[in-house]
Amino acid sequence: MRLTTDVAVVGGGPSGLTAAAGLAAAGLRVLVLDREREAGGIPRHSPHTGYGLRDLRTVMTGPAYARLLANRALEAGARVRTSAMVTGWASATGGDGAGGEGAHALDVTTPEGRLRVDARAVVLATGARERPRAARMVPGDRPPGVLTTGQLQNVVHLHHGSVGTRAVVVGAEPVSWSAALTLRAAGCRTVLMTTEHARAESYAAFSVPGRAVLRVPVATVTRVVRINGRDAVESVEVEDLRTGERRTVPCDTVVFTGGWIPDNELARAAGLAIDPGSRSPVVDNTLATSRPGVFAVGNLVHPVDTADVAALDGRHVVRHVLAYLAAASPAASRTVDRPAGRDLPDAARPSGGATSSGTRTGGEHGDAGGGETGGMFAGAIPLRAEAPFRWVSPGLVRPGAGAPPRHRILLWADEHRAVARVVVAQDGREIARRVLPWPVSPGRVFRVPSSLLSGADPRGGPIVISLG
Amino acid sequence: MRRGYELLGGYAERAGIPVERTGALLVAWTGEELAALDGLADKAARNGCRECEVVGADEVYRQVPALGPGALGGLTVPGESIICPWTTTLAFATEALARGAAVLLNTRVDGVRRDGDGGGDGDGETVLLTNRGPLRARWVVNAAGLGSDAVDRLFGHERYTVTPRRGELLVFDKMAGPLANRIVLPVPGSRGKGVLISPTIYGNVMLGPTAEDLRDRADTSTSEEGFAFLVDKGLALMPALMREEVTASYAGLRAATEHGDYQVHLDTARRYLVLGGIRSTGLTASMALAEHAAELLAEAGLLTSVRGDVPEPPRMPNIGEAFPRPYMCDDLIAGDPAYGTVVCFCERVTAGEIRDALASPLPPADLDGLRRRTRAMMGRCQGFFCGAEIAGRLARVEGS
Repeated sequence: MRLTTDVAVVGGGPSGLTAAAGLAAAGLRVLVLDREREAGGIPRHSPHTGYGLRDLRTVMTGPAYARLLANRALEAGARVRTSAMVTGWASATGGDGAGGEGAHALDVTTPEGRLRVDARAVVLATGARERPRAARMVPGDRPPGVLTTGQLQNVVHLHHGSVGTRAVVVGAEPVSWSAALTLRAAGCRTVLMTTEHARAESYAAFSVPGRAVLRVPVATVTRVVRINGRDAVESVEVEDLRTGERRTVPCDTVVFTGGWIPDNELARAAGLAIDPGSRSPVVDNTLATSRPGVFAVGNLVHPVDTADVAALDGRHVVRHVLAYLAAASPAASRTVDRPAGRDLPDAARPSGGATSSGTRTGGEHGDAGGGETGGMFAGAIPLRAEAPFRWVSPGLVRPGAGAPPRHRILLWADEHRAVARVVVAQDGREIARRVLPWPVSPGRVFRVPSSLLSGADPRGGPIVISLG
Repeated sequence: MRRGYELLGGYAERAGIPVERTGALLVAWTGEELAALDGLADKAARNGCRECEVVGADEVYRQVPALGPGALGGLTVPGESIICPWTTTLAFATEALARGAAVLLNTRVDGVRRDGDGGGDGDGETVLLTNRGPLRARWVVNAAGLGSDAVDRLFGHERYTVTPRRGELLVFDKMAGPLANRIVLPVPGSRGKGVLISPTIYGNVMLGPTAEDLRDRADTSTSEEGFAFLVDKGLALMPALMREEVTASYAGLRAATEHGDYQVHLDTARRYLVLGGIRSTGLTASMALAEHAAELLAEAGLLTSVRGDVPEPPRMPNIGEAFPRPYMCDDLIAGDPAYGTVVCFCERVTAGEIRDALASPLPPADLDGLRRRTRAMMGRCQGFFCGAEIAGRLARVEGS
């Protein structure tokens, strides 16, 4: 079966549904493809409140938020297909060039049969997941009872299943406390939380109930080095990284939390430029990837920020998809104003710019967009981040294309810094320096106002963000 | 081995066991290894394998561009294949069942008694004393793997001792697949333990194994030392592979003995046959070994005629990546929407396949069994998305 649409949105979580609602409201034919039985993404199984703060200016539980966003997309006129698994890219047959019918084609498996979806533009909103035990290479026995937060919350909140009675939670990030709450709801006590960092990273609001109500002991600078128990988990061995001392902690459940990795299979299959730090597709301030007409939003590009921030990516991408489609087919009746840059350098560069065309390609990964990259990102300035930052998103800024989502540059740090002295430099010249009123903390996104980039030379080299 | 390779190849085709002829490349990293290649090529030719060819470093890197620096040359082995080990053993078991054999799981042999030993007038049948009660048999074939020496001792022999040799492996994300489209082997006999890099039948890339003698025959745990060794080897062999995610790690135990050969001994008077000490070559050899065992038993008078009504081999569901899987098949989905309902996203396993596995002649006893029959939860998320759903489907069947 063949379906044709203006925009295919892959993934029906907060970012994808919000993008779909905006694009459909603008009059485009929009098809959301979600592999789960219900749209809504991760918030479906996260029953605590706090969802919707930044995008909807209200708060509600995860499931309520998921339903609301799905309904809004439907009301705006988007089609939402669930149990629809995108399995790959079909070879596009669009005869009328970039942005035309069939410029992009997806293979989709559904219970109603296989679909081939032809789209003029694609928005990837496939989200992120936690690295499981295997990816962290924790040795030992391999009994059941070793989970990620995602699986735990699926078991407890969607399937109303049970877990053990004594859990060790690996990680002490916001998501780890969420795991501890879920464990408590399932009647399982968290006997220990471990983090390799020097302190438990968490929002103050979360660590207060965390410590006071859950009474969870946190072992810092500690890692889990072995899991014991052949048929069921009996204990874990933990090591104090300062002293090398090891001890055995009896438990029947182990939850690996955080350690985010984007679900980037489709992005890589498309040959998109991939950021080596986050493994996300590289995007510019318009959330365009290295392939014309393919955009990426949400935690796929910044694994992970909160659901409302992901949703606002979806809102942000709307005008850029519209601009892309309008430019791609000038004959179309829709006209979209090119967004004016507010806090980024506005000077235009000749397209196909001659200088270091700023492609932060997959680099060592070797699956970069290749030839396409130069074209799509020509004229964009690469953004780089120095240690302790692992990645920065967006990876490039295109002068004249407006601010990034929420006027924020997002970074991920591997170390804690109580005072965040942010330094922005370009070609050896410092262009901004500011102490931000929030700390740098591993396990959650560090946000920098994009106004700090406004002094950049639009014809200059890479912009480097570091801590002074 | 050669006979086993032929028999298994033919059987795999009939039973639908996924096999891929990937070919292999032995890579020499030292002058010593390079010098050994000609001898290995001659030996291969003497064994009837004439397609092997010694190649230079340029050709090695042309065939496997992701190899780390320092390869000096190689030997191609075009006939090498990879096969699904789970489907193979499951096909054998399913066929045995169809032919009338009974399969008793969770049944441990603790003792052996000859009927009539107690002074009665038994006809010399053997009684196996198990945790689930006595079992009487006219003939006993001991193919007890890691425990075969223990069973052999119950029959009064002191012939060999199994020392479990642990092999740890790392399995990398399917996105690493393009890095290794054939098996990359170390040169055998070289000093220092060599490990191999191989595509898997499920589309992943595998690195390993280690080789470490253990005492505990049930210890399939992985170890820090094993991982460190593999990471070290992997960084030298194929640095790009180590930047990919590990989706699984596991350890297997080979049934090594103090003897170089398989332990095959027939005791006609006792009506007992042992097939022991079968190491990592066992899967390839399995059907030839079975053929040999049948001949021995026929000579000993067990088999007098061959039944004319043996059923065809079972047709196994394909879980290999090189062949069409249900999620790709329009006609299958049109006939049954369950084959279009993907429940394990990473491995693209459908509700139809899970249902079929749960209703198969030898249904899975637990989640691990279901994983090995379908690949569900074997992928990169390890259950983050689908774990609860799949465990739920298993529990519903168990509960009904």
